[in-house]
Formats: sequence, C-alpha cells, structure tokens
Amino acid sequence: MGGGIKVHGVPISTATMRVLATLYEKGLDFELVPVDMKAGAHKQEPLISLNPFGQIPALLDGDLTLFESRAITEYIADEYNNKGEKLLCQSCKKLKAITKVWLQVEGQQFDPIASKLAFERVFKGMLGMTTDPAAVEDLEAKLVKVLDIYEARLSKSPFLAGDCFTLADLHHLPIIYYLMGTDSKKLFESRPKVSEWIKKITARPSWVKVLNLQKQ
Amino acid sequence: MAGIKVFGNATSPSTRRVLLALHEKNLDFELVNIDLKDGEHKKEPFLSRNPFGKVPAFEDGDLKLFESRAITQYIAHRYESQGTNLLPADSKNPAHYAIMTIGMEVEAHQFDPVASKLVWEQVIKNFVGLTTDQAIVAEEEAKLAKVLDVYEARLKEFKYLAGETFTLTDLHHIPVVQYLLGTPTKKLFTERPRVNEWVAEVTKRPASQKILKYHH
Repeated sequence: MGGGIKVHGVPISTATMRVLATLYEKGLDFELVPVDMKAGAHKQEPLISLNPFGQIPALLDGDLTLFESRAITEYIADEYNNKGEKLLCQSCKKLKAITKVWLQVEGQQFDPIASKLAFERVFKGMLGMTTDPAAVEDLEAKLVKVLDIYEARLSKSPFLAGDCFTLADLHHLPIIYYLMGTDSKKLFESRPKVSEWIKKITARPSWVKVLNLQKQ
Repeated sequence: MAGIKVFGNATSPSTRRVLLALHEKNLDFELVNIDLKDGEHKKEPFLSRNPFGKVPAFEDGDLKLFESRAITQYIAHRYESQGTNLLPADSKNPAHYAIMTIGMEVEAHQFDPVASKLVWEQVIKNFVGLTTDQAIVAEEEAKLAKVLDVYEARLKEFKYLAGETFTLTDLHHIPVVQYLLGTPTKKLFTERPRVNEWVAEVTKRPASQKILKYHH
C-alpha cells in the first residue's frame, strides 16, 4: 500500500510542499525525512544518489526512487488513482489532454516568473539577502499578464482544467501561498475569479495539513 | 484521421517538438504558418488558440491544445499504437511511466532554460543582427556542462534517457540540441562520449531530419 513512502525534503520548500499536498489529498501515509539544506546535504551523498541534480524533494516508494516534484505528484495521482481525491481525469482523454496543457502552463508560464518573485519577496529575506525592487517591479509586470489570462480562464470554469480540482491547480499552491503573504498579494486580490480560485484551493484540508507541518 | 493542424513556425523549437511527434507517428497534418516576425502570435486569431501568445497551437478535430509538451503527450497517447511508440514499453505501469515523466521534467526545468538561453544568444540574436554576449554564453555553458554530466552518467546505464527505448523524454530535447550543434556549444556534447552518441542517434532519426527541411 502506501506504508513505505518516504519524502526527503523540508516543509518550507515549495517543491516539497507540492508533493506533501498530493500525498495528503490521497490520504497516504508517509515519512518526511528532513534534509539539512544549510549544510548542503542535498548536494552530497546519500541524497545526490536520489536526485543527481541535487534538489529536494526526492520520494521513495518501495524500491522506486523519484525526483522532480511535478513527476512525483503525477506518479502519486496515477499509482494511487483509486485512493482519496481524484487529481487527474482518467476516463476522458480530452479532459486529460487539457489538464496536461494547464500543468505545462504552471510549469512554463507561471512558475518561472512567480518563483523568482517569491525568491525576491520571501526567500532572500530568509537568507539574509536584500530584495531588489527593480526585479520585483519587472517580475510583477510579467506576472499580471499571466494572471489576466488566468482570470479569463477561470471565468469559463471553476478550476484551471475544467470543472474539477486537479494537479494543475494544486501545483500552484506553494508559490501562491508565499506570495499571498507579501505585497504581491494585490495582484491576486484585484482579480475576482483568481481570488475566488485561490480561496477555494487554499481552503482544502490537505493544504491546511501541509501548512501545519511548517509549524512543527 | 484527418483534422490535425499545427499553428506554428517551422523554425521554432517548440513547434518542431510537435512536428517531431507527428512525423514519428506518420500522421497527416497541416502546418499553418504563423509569422513570428509580424507578431502574428501576439494577435487574434492566434491568441484565441493560445492566450499566452506562443507557438505552437494545435487542433485535432474539435480538441484544441497549446504548450508543446502537452501536445506531444497527447499525440503519444492518442496514437499510441501508430508509428514509433513514444511512451515507455510498459506505459500502463505508473512506476515505469514515472521514469519518463522525470526525464520530461528534467528537460523542461534543468536542460531547456539553460540551453534555450544559449540558442537565443548564439543563434537568434545572430539572425536578427544583435551581438552575442559571450559572458552570458560562458555562464550558461558552465550550467549546461553540469546538466550534461548528469546525462553522461545516466546514458552509461541506459541507451536512452528514460531507459532502453526512445521516448518523449529524448524527443523533447531534439530541436534545441539541433540548434546548439551549429554553435561552439557543440563541444559540450562531443566532450562526453555517451552524450555524443545519444545526440548522434536521436538527430539521425528520419523524423529529426524531416523537421530540418522546413524553410520559412
């Protein structure tokens, strides 16, 4: 079953959070094995054998080792299709194809901009570095163009891929969560459909559980 | 089977990614040229096909998609039994499928951002009469070398990136690899024996040769 799942990562890492949210959605047991990022543990053995690119998270399920958070979440959604929440549309090829489009949109259009903005606004502070206001302005200008498209999309359907919550929505949670704790939240709050969508997806019990892990 | 249309530009790597999949599958299709110089991708009617204003967009009957890596996945699944199999041999096994998904994520997040910058600096800038920034080239080549070191280790174990057979993981790399072979960055491939062999293998495929024949 799911008893043997181990996640090597940390609860503040956005990529780790993506995987944890998916495990909670599926109601799967797992062990979160902390990684000493400050000591560079992710760039050395034994973790570098789990992910040769030296990034967290890595996931072990029995004798299967996976990395890249979006590959891990897709595996979990597939392998544990019949457990917990449905996170991909299986039966309808057309809807599955459309879900893949919006999975790519998150990875290729949203994340490159939003994660740099989260780095400026949130993570630089944690690392004792200074936010670059020009970079923030530039990134926000790019992000609003993406969010305008999301606003139009979410005017047509309650979730990005269609009528149900899918991994395409879930993958956004970690970065949106961090940005909503900064001045950048105005970009989301000024768009009614985007705002409504964020309220819905962040209220999901599995997401609340992920945030609780940060408090421990 | 008729009714497949690709809205894109034959020189664009993303468009080529989709053309490769269609050629590998021996599928009939129409390539509708989008004039990038004229900004056709940033205007209607193209924007209705891809609101992010990027080529390619795709149509199969009444299914409309964008994002090249979503389109190739659709083609690989929808036409699984036709032409080259672009999925792993045991595609219904989530664990085996996940190995290919990891490779696709690695291409999208580790390889492409760096490799595309190198194509931009050395190929596209050249084409539009701008000067290559050699400092950026050096910086990005250093990053690409690290990624290719991981590929070299991987390809010592397996013939292709996701295992013993050619899959979408390999295919997604081909258009950008082809452009880089025409630049000094080529040395990063030739310096690594297994990567060099893999590059030769994947670029000599008939489909890979076909996409080079388009001129616009």
